Amino acid sequence: MTGLLTAGIVQTALEVGLIYSLVAMALFLSFTILNVCDLSTDGCYTLGCAVGAVVTMSGHPILAIPAAMAAGICSGYITAFLQTKMGVESILAGIVVNTGLYTINLAVMGFKSNVPIFGQATVFSLIEDLFPGAWWHEWGPLLFLTLLLAVICLLMWWFLGTRLGLSIRATGDSPDMVQASSINPTATVTVGLCVANAMTGLAGCLIGQYNKTCDINLGTGMVTVALASLIIGQTLAGRKGRMLWRIFCVVLGSCLYRFVIALSLRLNVPTEAFKLVSALIVAIAIAIPQMRENLAFRQKKAQARKLKALHNTEVTP
Amino acid sequence: MNMLAVEDISKTFNPGTVNEKIALNKVSLTLEKGEFATIVGSNGAGKTTLFNAIAGTFYVDSGSILLDGEDITFEKPYRRSRKIGHLFQDPLLGTAPHMTIEENLAVAYLRTAKTPRETFSRIRKEDRKYFREKLVELNMGLEDRMDSPVGLLSGGQRQALTLLMATMVTPKLLLLDEHTAALDPATAVKVLELTTRVVREQNITCLMVTHNMNQALEMGNRTIMMDEGRIVFDVRGKDREGLTVSDLMEKFAENAGNSLTDDRILLSTEEGK
Repeated sequence: MTGLLTAGIVQTALEVGLIYSLVAMALFLSFTILNVCDLSTDGCYTLGCAVGAVVTMSGHPILAIPAAMAAGICSGYITAFLQTKMGVESILAGIVVNTGLYTINLAVMGFKSNVPIFGQATVFSLIEDLFPGAWWHEWGPLLFLTLLLAVICLLMWWFLGTRLGLSIRATGDSPDMVQASSINPTATVTVGLCVANAMTGLAGCLIGQYNKTCDINLGTGMVTVALASLIIGQTLAGRKGRMLWRIFCVVLGSCLYRFVIALSLRLNVPTEAFKLVSALIVAIAIAIPQMRENLAFRQKKAQARKLKALHNTEVTP
Repeated sequence: MNMLAVEDISKTFNPGTVNEKIALNKVSLTLEKGEFATIVGSNGAGKTTLFNAIAGTFYVDSGSILLDGEDITFEKPYRRSRKIGHLFQDPLLGTAPHMTIEENLAVAYLRTAKTPRETFSRIRKEDRKYFREKLVELNMGLEDRMDSPVGLLSGGQRQALTLLMATMVTPKLLLLDEHTAALDPATAVKVLELTTRVVREQNITCLMVTHNMNQALEMGNRTIMMDEGRIVFDVRGKDREGLTVSDLMEKFAENAGNSLTDDRILLSTEEGK
């Protein structure tokens, strides 16, 4: 295994996995909890990256983080506004916003399809310079990301346990009950989508600073990747898991997904086949619980048959 | 004092089409504080439509609705639900299946939140103690299952929980839309007893739709009959005492101009004897 996965590969997979897990977490909130299909993820991710890159290039890598999150909130608010106030179907609202964001993103990037972050400090370079020494230089960013995700997981868990968080969960679980419980579904959907898209924006900002570049097509297919991570995570967590465990498994799912991708890279799977690998991972992740059930059923049947056969031989001498 | 005053409300569904249906035809109804009225009527008489109009599922075409002196005709449904409890026939509608009993109660308890600080508060120890006390009153053993998802409960347990959620903060008006019709007879009796007790103890003004004419006469202190979007018979106090099911049928025929021939009413009334 060590021959197959070098420390460098593991490190990169973890770092990217942790950043991507923010998008998976956003989908966890909108898709799993709120039961809303938010397809603006791709555009919002690029938006976070673009805003982050531009602010970083102006010399404020730390300010870039809240700026990207604020941009994400705006995008989430528009998606929520379209579906709650304008009666646009949730999938359609996401697609519309996603389409619109393409132009917005280009505008943010000064109508260039690419913004490189060169000659400016990024959050990661700042962290690397925090302490001297090669060890910190190599592992500092990963530690920072781990800490960041730990904090975000805890915050998310705390938030979903507050009255507001519980109403958001109830909105996705039983819309009828929500109306009867004096909760304004417009408000809960809006808050939920804003929080989710803030995380998507944050992920975009971090990946931009991590890759030291922002590309207009960065977000393409992001929603599939995040959904794959989410599903892997939910399969790991099981259906009855406690909330904190479920949230943690989203991060775990995202890291696992990156590992599989890293592994296929290592096994010289051509880049053109990556989408197929992704699709396979998603399909397998979804199928695992059912396969487990089928296997248990088959074992049960075989056992019953064996018992019956045993019984018959005893009765007829 | 009038707790509920419905004045001349009308509602027509699909106006101007072949499916046009006058669901409510200038209905007026006042309920005094603490009054518990049962409503009977055949399918399509407008009972549920009346409830939905009061709860705000849709806005009425004309007329007005006053609750405790306040005009709520155009108030949003989620705002009305702070003051109005609403139980449906389907026990699955009133609760969130993937959330625990405790979390469901906490969501219902949200009505009491007044400051933003409370909006961000988690379930506290004293809340948990209060929920527990309330669950003990249901006498269904739910107090020991506060961490289980509501989806694992039976229909009767879910309906009892919904009743608790609707009355935990005493509503100004409680709407019960055949809330025991989907339960088995024994559970239905239990939930009905619970309903009677809660309504009496908290002196809640209540409207209850039922298909069982015996029940309509036994429960509460007023009986209303509806037909084709109108109230055709309304009885309370002395006139209601000693009234039998056949009297009720007679009154219906007299006032509605046709006799009551709804199988469901006749069957469930026969069963309930």
